[in-house]
Amino acid sequence: MPELASAQALPAQGNHVVGKVRACDTTGLPVCLDAQLFVKLHAVVAVVFLLVGAVAAVLLALTRWPAVHLLPADWFYRILTVHGLSMLVFWILNLEIAILYFCGTVLLNSRLFDKGLAWAGFGLMLGGSLLVQWAIWVGKADVLMTSYVPLQAHPLFYLGLILFAVGALLGVVNYFGCLYISKRDKTYRGSVPLVVFGATAAAIIAVFAILHGAAALIPTLLWSMGLIDSPDTAWYRLLWWGFGHTSQQINVCAMVAVWYLLATLTTGARPLNQTVCRVAFVLYILFINLASAHHLLVDPGVGPGWKIWNTSYAMYLAVLASLIHGFTVPASIEHALRKKGLTRGLFGWLFGAPWKNPAFSAMFMSLVIFGFIGGITGVTLGTQQINIIAHNTLRIPGHFHATVVGGTTLAFMGLTYYVVPLIFQKEFYARGLVRLQPYLFAGGVVLLSLSMSFAGSYGVPRRHWDIDFTGAALSAGFDPGAMMWLGLVGVGGVLAFLGLLTFILLVVAAVFFGRSNAGKPMEAW
Amino acid sequence: MSIQPVEGNWIRAPKGGERVWLGLALTWCLVLTIMMPYWHMRGKQNSTGEAYKVEPMAFLERANRFTESHKVGEEAGIPIVEPDPGGDAYLVARMWSFSPILKLKKDQTYRLHLSSMDLQHGFALLPLNMNFQILPGWDHVLTITPTQSGEFSIICNEFCGIGHHLMTGRIVVVD
Repeated sequence: MPELASAQALPAQGNHVVGKVRACDTTGLPVCLDAQLFVKLHAVVAVVFLLVGAVAAVLLALTRWPAVHLLPADWFYRILTVHGLSMLVFWILNLEIAILYFCGTVLLNSRLFDKGLAWAGFGLMLGGSLLVQWAIWVGKADVLMTSYVPLQAHPLFYLGLILFAVGALLGVVNYFGCLYISKRDKTYRGSVPLVVFGATAAAIIAVFAILHGAAALIPTLLWSMGLIDSPDTAWYRLLWWGFGHTSQQINVCAMVAVWYLLATLTTGARPLNQTVCRVAFVLYILFINLASAHHLLVDPGVGPGWKIWNTSYAMYLAVLASLIHGFTVPASIEHALRKKGLTRGLFGWLFGAPWKNPAFSAMFMSLVIFGFIGGITGVTLGTQQINIIAHNTLRIPGHFHATVVGGTTLAFMGLTYYVVPLIFQKEFYARGLVRLQPYLFAGGVVLLSLSMSFAGSYGVPRRHWDIDFTGAALSAGFDPGAMMWLGLVGVGGVLAFLGLLTFILLVVAAVFFGRSNAGKPMEAW
Repeated sequence: MSIQPVEGNWIRAPKGGERVWLGLALTWCLVLTIMMPYWHMRGKQNSTGEAYKVEPMAFLERANRFTESHKVGEEAGIPIVEPDPGGDAYLVARMWSFSPILKLKKDQTYRLHLSSMDLQHGFALLPLNMNFQILPGWDHVLTITPTQSGEFSIICNEFCGIGHHLMTGRIVVVD
């Protein structure tokens, strides 16, 4: 652990209540015990849903692997619904709320804004996600994650999603409350830390996302109860993607904030230029929502002018933001490592980087996978003409498994390697295996993502149980090359699953049975 | 430090390598921005999104009239229909079929009307790999000119229930 130069800019007392705060034994940062409780609760729920989503993932991978073709058709789509919602909503948003509680209190030397509100948010999120899971598992919501009308699910499915979103919104409000009371009580001097700035950008985008979700899902809930007519299909898609894509930008923002956090924790890096980094986060807030439009590039109902406008000017300003972070994060790491004496040649710092620290390797691979696979495929797919050959093919999940899994989830795994020792105050077992885990998971995800993209370039559809078309009235089929890539989708999926299972077992072992490190610094990675 | 508050005025212009990178990145983004409308004009394949609101039953009626007046054969119980070059062609998507089979002439232009009778469907033309969205309540018009002859499959690529993987159609292009 590098010197964190004890929080000089933090006045000692903050606004903490006596007995409700502890000083971190490793970093010296003040940890609000109320916030710590909710970081733990949300992190535990997040990991439980990660496990549910992971089991679903391997079943799907083994079904799309033509030689295995494991699940029957009805269970394939049911499990696909479980997978999408467990991973993209329940795992990732629970962890992001945990990140907000951490950033809003520990990094600002503040107490939690309101404990009751935090309980309400947690309860709604948990209750909502259980309702959704129930509806799917009993077969009353075979509508996939997008639940495109007029596909209809049980009303409790939509209600569960809405309750979850309201819970998440309460978490965001609690975070804004922390920002307010820490400023009011002058618990820190100057401007908020960069990581908090990034988390705030994520929180603002979350508000947009949740409002769009409400606009799409509340009418759908009323329709599923028989109270109103079906919402217009084109409008539903526009509004749903205002939620569906925007919520992925919460992940991007939170992930970039975690990159900065882990760069500091693992190498002592400091941003070269605070202005540049912060402006890049503002670009996300202002422009990335419009990237949602590229889901509608081959839709009826929106014209060419709308399509060009919404996918060109604004989308590329958000891309600019990612290009900036993709430079500033590694540049700050290089700067820090060179100062430590790793000055040989152009890349001596990179070879000498702490690759045995699982948080560092996870963070750096997350950056590379997100940028080079996720970013490049994303910008390509968002092009009007290319979208014609990519829409609803496996190229789309090939893209977002690089961004959300290889990018966000891998970064959050890296974060966990500090959350467990610092917040749960427990040490990991099998530290050799911990060091290997990010590589195993990243390797599996890269193979999965690229294989999906290549299979998709043959036109192989996503969300499709069987591409053999046996029994169809008119025959259809694919080039054998596509079958090879689908086989590799299966192999990559199994590898990524093993990496993920390893992660969960290591975390569970540490959290429930690990040695306590309370009272002394965490063991350095 | 990324995790500590910043005191004082932290607003300053980028310099050195960071400045160069920012310039390159911004330039590249501007190039991409210009390419989008430019290629819409210049490129030969675009999704214009031309569409009209339509009641599913009204669309079906039009499609049936078209099918009856232009029918030239039948395969697997599905009518084969040859639209007039330069004219309208209709394709009805429903759980879980595309109807009719369209017989088109190479290098002739058609206005292809796509709509659904029930759920959302996808129009995926193979092996060309061209994909468009089909929505109930919307008449999605594609202006198409086949440039090669042969048999092309249509498959559905939007989840539409348990028979989704059996939903196929066909377009035949003759010289």
